[in-house]
Amino acid sequence: MSRTDVLVTADWAQENIGRPGIVFVEVDEDTSAYDGGHIEGAVKLDWKKDLQDPLRRDYLDKAAFEALLSAKGISNDDTVVLYGGNNNWFAAYAYWYFKIYGHRSVKLIDGGRKKWELDGRPLSKDVVERPATQYSAGEPDLSIRAFRDEVVAAIGTKNIVDVRSPDEFSGKILAPAHLPQEQSQRAGHVPTAINIPWSKAANEDGTFKSDEELTELYAEQGFDDSKETIAYCRIGERSSHTWFVLQELLGKKNVKNYDGSWVEYGSLVGVPIEK
Amino acid sequence: MCGAPKQGGALAGVDLTTQTVIQGQVWHDGAPVAGAYVRLLDSTDEFTAEVVTSPEGEFRFFAAPGPWKVRSLAPVGKGERVLEAETGLNETTIVIA
Repeated sequence: MSRTDVLVTADWAQENIGRPGIVFVEVDEDTSAYDGGHIEGAVKLDWKKDLQDPLRRDYLDKAAFEALLSAKGISNDDTVVLYGGNNNWFAAYAYWYFKIYGHRSVKLIDGGRKKWELDGRPLSKDVVERPATQYSAGEPDLSIRAFRDEVVAAIGTKNIVDVRSPDEFSGKILAPAHLPQEQSQRAGHVPTAINIPWSKAANEDGTFKSDEELTELYAEQGFDDSKETIAYCRIGERSSHTWFVLQELLGKKNVKNYDGSWVEYGSLVGVPIEK
Repeated sequence: MCGAPKQGGALAGVDLTTQTVIQGQVWHDGAPVAGAYVRLLDSTDEFTAEVVTSPEGEFRFFAAPGPWKVRSLAPVGKGERVLEAETGLNETTIVIA
């Protein structure tokens, strides 16, 4: 696995629009961005409406994921090229999710929607229709997903990487600062977690930093390559961005995304919290 | 949810006795800039949040009292502003020269 297997440039994406076997997928929480203009031919996935179980707090089960991808016209053999707003947070979450269900060929567009817009590249408002497929998903690969009990057990033993902003880590604020700060969970972080904000892995235009810069970043923040790793944020999408950096770009082993993240951990009764 | 809500509009439903709201507009060449990226940086210059401006060039953050920097990135250029926020409404304008 190397950078070019998992990440494509905006130039590459633009050159490959319309190529058979490649499906561009825009993933946003606020899909008004897609509706206002998207990469030509790209289908949209709504992070909340399409990718979350409508009742329980969880991602879709296998059958629902198969139904979703079939309806979107994505087949098992397609190369799925993901991009989105918020510096690719939700696209990285979708990347992790496609990997959970064993999709073979998935890539992210470096810089996502932001770089695309800043470059002034073309956007289309055309309605995208793809013929339905019969998508078949694998059993969920839980080697890349952490659950709460594993996080508690990892205190003091594994790399626990808190990728939220320093003010969220310290408990000064409870959510990313574009959201109202009224939350029910306690403020703070998992004891022994190291704070390496996701944003340190990205340039201002949303592209990822070079492998050399990324390697140096984690090393200098106390990341121990000999240990297993769990990344978390507030709801699991920024930590998907860091999971992508650690496992897919840097090739580190045994990295899990804790998608329950602080919304779950900070609400658990009796677990230790540091502030 | 971590996605940014729609920018601008009324502050109805926002409790200004507890929230520290930082909001304003991005301007360039005498007009508001729609679709500009605006990021909020903390006192150590670390990223805290980012939003995209509304059609009227508006942005809004929910922060905490203290020093902050807002920086805008748009195809027309960059601009930034430093401010000291207090609980309640803090308004500022970023001008891209």
